[in-house]
Amino acid sequence: MRTYTPKDDVQAKSYYTDRYYVSPQVPKSEVETDAVFAADLEAIKAKFEVKEVFIQVEQMVVYINANDIYGVLELMRDELEYTQLSEMSAIDWLAKDNTFEIFYQMLSMNKRKRIRVKYFIKNGQAVDSVEKLFRSADWSEREMFDMFGIEANGHPFMKRILMPYDWQGFPLLKTYPLEGDEFASWYEVDKIYGKEARDIIGPELRDTARVDRYDSQRFARLGHEVPKGTEITGDEPKNEQAYQEDGGVFLIKKFDKESSKIIDDPQR
Amino acid sequence: MAQVTNRLTPFFENITFDREDNELILNFGPQHPSSHGQLRLMLHLQQEQIVKAHPDVGYLHRGMEKMAENMIYNEFMPTTDRMDYVASSSNNYGFALAVEKLVGLEVPRRAKVIRMMLLEINRLMSHLFWLATTALDIGAMTIFLFAFREREYLMDVIEGYCGARLTHAAIRIGGVPLDIQDDFIEQLRTFLNKLPANIKDYEDLLDTNRIWLMRMEEVGTISTEMALSWGCTGPMLRASGVAWDIRKEEPYELYDEVEFNVPWSDKGDNFARYRIYMEEMRESAKILYQTIDMYEECVKNGQTELMAHAPKYISAPKLDIMTQNYSLMQHFVLVTQGMRPPVGEVYIPTESPKGELGFYINSQGGPYPYRLKLRAPSFWHTGILTDLLPGHYIPDVVSIIGTTNIVFGEVDR
Repeated sequence: MRTYTPKDDVQAKSYYTDRYYVSPQVPKSEVETDAVFAADLEAIKAKFEVKEVFIQVEQMVVYINANDIYGVLELMRDELEYTQLSEMSAIDWLAKDNTFEIFYQMLSMNKRKRIRVKYFIKNGQAVDSVEKLFRSADWSEREMFDMFGIEANGHPFMKRILMPYDWQGFPLLKTYPLEGDEFASWYEVDKIYGKEARDIIGPELRDTARVDRYDSQRFARLGHEVPKGTEITGDEPKNEQAYQEDGGVFLIKKFDKESSKIIDDPQR
Repeated sequence: MAQVTNRLTPFFENITFDREDNELILNFGPQHPSSHGQLRLMLHLQQEQIVKAHPDVGYLHRGMEKMAENMIYNEFMPTTDRMDYVASSSNNYGFALAVEKLVGLEVPRRAKVIRMMLLEINRLMSHLFWLATTALDIGAMTIFLFAFREREYLMDVIEGYCGARLTHAAIRIGGVPLDIQDDFIEQLRTFLNKLPANIKDYEDLLDTNRIWLMRMEEVGTISTEMALSWGCTGPMLRASGVAWDIRKEEPYELYDEVEFNVPWSDKGDNFARYRIYMEEMRESAKILYQTIDMYEECVKNGQTELMAHAPKYISAPKLDIMTQNYSLMQHFVLVTQGMRPPVGEVYIPTESPKGELGFYINSQGGPYPYRLKLRAPSFWHTGILTDLLPGHYIPDVVSIIGTTNIVFGEVDR
């Protein structure tokens, strides 16, 4: 019987897991241990609901409501001196509870502190764009849309950024396989030659483990070169390749197998 | 005019140019010698002046974040080389540091010193490369030859250390794999002694060069607000009036023990960025001299350890693996299954030659990261072109792209 693979998460899985292994946790500490963070948190708490908060690896992590994000970042930028949005993106928790976790990595240069603001949204829900506050969110939100399909309300140009505009599927979802889906394997054939050429050309080989080493159409077969299209039997002579001119190159020692000393005494 | 589309023409070329005004759309790239990679710019022009710029990236997208989710932590290390391939050790380091912080490892001092040497050599290599290519774009062929000559020496030093010239993979999670070779210090010292004269050569050729000044001064001016808003970091931010260097402000490794200055300017134009790159080369040389002393001190004190001791996460030294049964078993598990960091998340920024290189790792206790986000500085340094280019003229595009120092391995990841 074929082993069952979960369809909601097709990423690589560990082939061995100890049933009794309990992972340790990266230590979290209370916000009160850091005076600067505590003051920042007070300011946020005064206006917005904070669901959970802790300090992990010297950075404060604040969980808020999804629709408060614009207000929180505006407060942080204008009053708390968090002047830069370093990074923002999403984490896919669809397999667990059909949600995405969005994080915003904030930096205050005056305080030398970093805060990560986070919230959860349901699958299919859009986030509020913060592009009006931080121009860097323009490209970050586009990347998030490109990779996860999460749209940002109020974004001026909600288009794909890294993948082609006419791509289908969202590559960083856990349901998207590493070597691409069926659309990916036919993308270039369909676009350039049309669907009717599928039988002639065949799908793109996107899994390097399945590359046919006897294929002389696509690969040069280094060291065993043959004219293109030759039937490969596997016993072609090896073409010796000279990597250096005779007498060696200036400053490079020529490797010579014959004059090298081969050490075959394991106890040397 | 109706659009006639067929399958043979890609969709983005089916634009009809039937506007009333004189606006011309110029397609710059993706294959253009001065776009430093696969940057496509759609420029809307009024005569020669740009009124709207639309950078289009993604031509080198390899899905590194996706790959990271399907690789054990050590497997991903050589992939990080392919981000900023001009200074690949700094990517290796950023990833290694993030995993070390996640796991809570303490790296031995000697390894830290070697890492700092590698990082600063990479910074010099990157800055020299930047100077060479940017000067070439502007037309200064001599500088290109000079700077590449110096970079070649550094590549030889690095090659002696790790065997590779471009994709080093010279840093491991928990330390460094090897001690530096016998003639490393000697070669490095020879290079560093020559470097001030070399930098002076570049400056003599450029600083008062009429063409260089006309292409650089008052061109591509980024205000402080714009730089902050666009998430600019590194020399881009420092040229715009914010003296923010992560090595200084949030020190990692032994940067709090070395003495160096953070050059900054409030001009914000191309010339300010050029000056900052030149000054940073001098500062890197200063740091390298200090790391040589630190290394020799380590040798004197007999600190020979190069990898952290953490049997759950890091393989034992080769000698132990070959002689002790338990070390061999543990090494086997770490190689075949991979380390399993604790559950949690980190965002660790480092100062790469281009700016703030950050690694966000979310671990769920498995051997594969649940989510890994690469924060590459060049991504936003490309994005800022949207707001920066309008108002400039076509020749300025080349010099502005040059001084933003973008590398597309990093933008597209």
